[in-house]
Amino acid sequence: MISWFKYKNYPIFWKQYSKKFKQKQPKSIENTRFVVFDTETTGLDIFNDRILSIGAIGVSNNTIDVADSFEIYLKQEKFKAETVKIHGILKEGKLTKHSEAEAVEDFINFIENAVLVAHHAAFDIEMINAALKRLELPKLKNKIIDTGILYKKLEGKKDSHFNLDVLCEEFIIPKHDRHTAAGDAFITALLFLKIVSTLKKERNLHYSDLFRVSGKEGLL
Amino acid sequence: MKNTIAERIYDFLKNFPPFDVLEKEQLLKIASNVKVTYIEKDNFVFKQEENPHENFYVVKDGAIGLYRKMDNEQILVDICDEGDIFGLRPLIQNDFYLMSAKANEESILYAISVEILKEIIETNDKVKKFLIASFSSNIKTPYAKGTNGQLFANIEMLDSSNTSFTEIQSAEFSKNPVTTLKTTTIKEAAKIMSEKKVGSILIVENKNPIGIITDKDLRSKIATGLVSIDESVTAIMTSPVKTFKQKITVAEAQIAMIKNKITHLCITKDGTPKSELIGVLSEHDIVVMHGNNPSLLIKKVYRTKDVSALKYIRGKTSNLLEGYIEQNIPIIFISKIISEINEAITIKAIELSLDEMDEQPPVKFGWLALGSQGRKEQLLMTDQDNALVFEDVPPEKYQPTKQYFLQLAKKVTEKLNVIGFEYCPADMMASNPKWCLSLSEWENQFNNWIKSPSEDAIMMCTIFFDYNLIFGNKKLVNKMSDSIFESIKSFEIFLNFLGRNALKNPPPIGFFRQFLVENDGANKDQFDIKSRAIMPLVDAARLLTLSHQIKDKNNTISRFKSLAKIEPQNQDLYLSCIDAFKILLQFRTQQGLKNNDSGRYVDLNNLSKSEKLKLKGCFKPITAIQELLNIRYNLAQMM
Repeated sequence: MISWFKYKNYPIFWKQYSKKFKQKQPKSIENTRFVVFDTETTGLDIFNDRILSIGAIGVSNNTIDVADSFEIYLKQEKFKAETVKIHGILKEGKLTKHSEAEAVEDFINFIENAVLVAHHAAFDIEMINAALKRLELPKLKNKIIDTGILYKKLEGKKDSHFNLDVLCEEFIIPKHDRHTAAGDAFITALLFLKIVSTLKKERNLHYSDLFRVSGKEGLL
Repeated sequence: MKNTIAERIYDFLKNFPPFDVLEKEQLLKIASNVKVTYIEKDNFVFKQEENPHENFYVVKDGAIGLYRKMDNEQILVDICDEGDIFGLRPLIQNDFYLMSAKANEESILYAISVEILKEIIETNDKVKKFLIASFSSNIKTPYAKGTNGQLFANIEMLDSSNTSFTEIQSAEFSKNPVTTLKTTTIKEAAKIMSEKKVGSILIVENKNPIGIITDKDLRSKIATGLVSIDESVTAIMTSPVKTFKQKITVAEAQIAMIKNKITHLCITKDGTPKSELIGVLSEHDIVVMHGNNPSLLIKKVYRTKDVSALKYIRGKTSNLLEGYIEQNIPIIFISKIISEINEAITIKAIELSLDEMDEQPPVKFGWLALGSQGRKEQLLMTDQDNALVFEDVPPEKYQPTKQYFLQLAKKVTEKLNVIGFEYCPADMMASNPKWCLSLSEWENQFNNWIKSPSEDAIMMCTIFFDYNLIFGNKKLVNKMSDSIFESIKSFEIFLNFLGRNALKNPPPIGFFRQFLVENDGANKDQFDIKSRAIMPLVDAARLLTLSHQIKDKNNTISRFKSLAKIEPQNQDLYLSCIDAFKILLQFRTQQGLKNNDSGRYVDLNNLSKSEKLKLKGCFKPITAIQELLNIRYNLAQMM
């Protein structure tokens, strides 16, 4: 009863979002919309740190669609001067900034029921979930792919664990706009295309293979 | 709203034509609608004859090869690298892809919607002009000169998206070929041919062509009494026939005729012999289309009786060359055709000279082309480089024999000079007593060069090692080759000297990826494409083939091809050298035709950004092969 009561009170955008997961979803890599995303945050503490920006871009049918992209900057209630040198986002910059509530709503509307892809996804997902919790909303419902784990499915990479910089070098991806959410999302999208393409070459790759975890879980 | 990704794509595109002339908002609109695709090595972006995609492509990273299918062979027509556009023409003209695009290395492409570009073409004149210029090489009627009127016509075509460009580009063939069945007798077939006033008749079965009879067959097989006129046409028909698709271009048709030594091509519905015959394309049809035809030119050479006619034919050859370059015919075919014509002209000059001599040659001899002519890489008219070898004779007969051949050589070189091959300023010609030698004299000469490799001797070797027998006795020349390999075997350090010479040419590009240009002299600030880009490849190929004792390979492309087989570990490098060499040769020829000179010095200011990038793309394999020589022959220590 309580959950039914709660559901009734969710804002419209969340109801629409939830509804999309009741539709039957395609089960092939080519027909699925993936959304590759990244967050820049004030730090690595899921409870105390906050999201500064979210960048996301859609990938379908082996193609990154720049028109299907998302980039938003958040007003900062907490400001840590020491991380500015990594992400470069000032408290008062020229960028238009949004409240956390607006940003999360826009992000949810953008991703819809796509499969989410991120490098070391667990952290970014938890950051979004923490923001959702502050808005008294449930966790994300999307399927999730971690490019760090996907990489380990490649032949001979089982026990490797690398950060985005090292993988960019291995896959020869130019590191433009590194440490901006949109830039990292774009780089991760290229990495995702290249890993999937290599996996396809190595074996008969099915949609479900993208999710099955090989070995241990990805690290936070 | 900020769009970091679109801005990054904008920053990339704005460096390349035609995006560099777009308004900022226009380009931002394009950039924010780009689709990014990753394509693995050897995968196709699209294939020839496919319906056009919604997008055209810009190479972000990697390299895409454009291939055209000819005679079941995939011919590499062009390589697109960073910033190059491909796959646009069919979208605007609603036509099939005329080429296949395959990733030569893994590549990232920006796919751009043609609809957005079409909007921009409406409003931006510069973009329109760029596109017309880049299409014109593909859509021009063969040999048509790019006059203003025509350019205007092209704009009209661009505007109306439904014009059929294939009509303009394809060769016109006879749509209602005269046919008969295989049960017909030869006599009946000949009657049909006379009635319809045609020179050929096709034999069909279920509408598919199975054979052809031409006037020539009637002459050679019937009139001579070999076959009775009451027999079935199958007795004398040429079968199977060569079939092609109706999209065949004039140039492709010519190449097919030369390659297969035939005068008629059958056009069928799907291009195979197993489909309905829809037309026939004869050599005559092509001649009607225009006067310059390579096989016809060669025929004229054979028939000609005087030097001035040869001169006329050589002039025609230059037109032909220009037409081919404009049409983007693969350079390997162009050089083949041009060297065949040059060879035919030289042979004729020798034959005419032999006729003028009072006596027959006293002994066997061979006429050799040297240098770029010997390598069959000479496209533009340059100096003549040649030599003569004659059979050994007893000492008492030596003087008169040598005199005879010197006199012959003098006549030949004079004729070649009149035809348009100027005398060699360094006198490297068979008429020079130093280069008109008996076999054993040549063997000694090569042996001396190899054993005491002074700088001069090495230079002589680079010229004389690339010989090609044009006329005369093959055995003499084979003996000469054997002796060269013998000498090298017993004096292997010679290869290191040759290697040092191969590296003597300065590298094409400086530390900051800028072009290195000449510092002084008449060609100050110009780029020497011959010595900085072409010769390093020629020299490397020669050195490596000599070290493997590969005989009979006197052409840079075929040398690299053999090397790729012998050293599979370096196959990629050698193949990339071939690609680079083809592009450079084409580039030089274009430059030469444009400026009416040897094409050797390139004025960088006159090059477009994409031309510069194309050139730079060729330098990677040059640097790589020079490094390979350096390591293999320990050249760093010798320098």
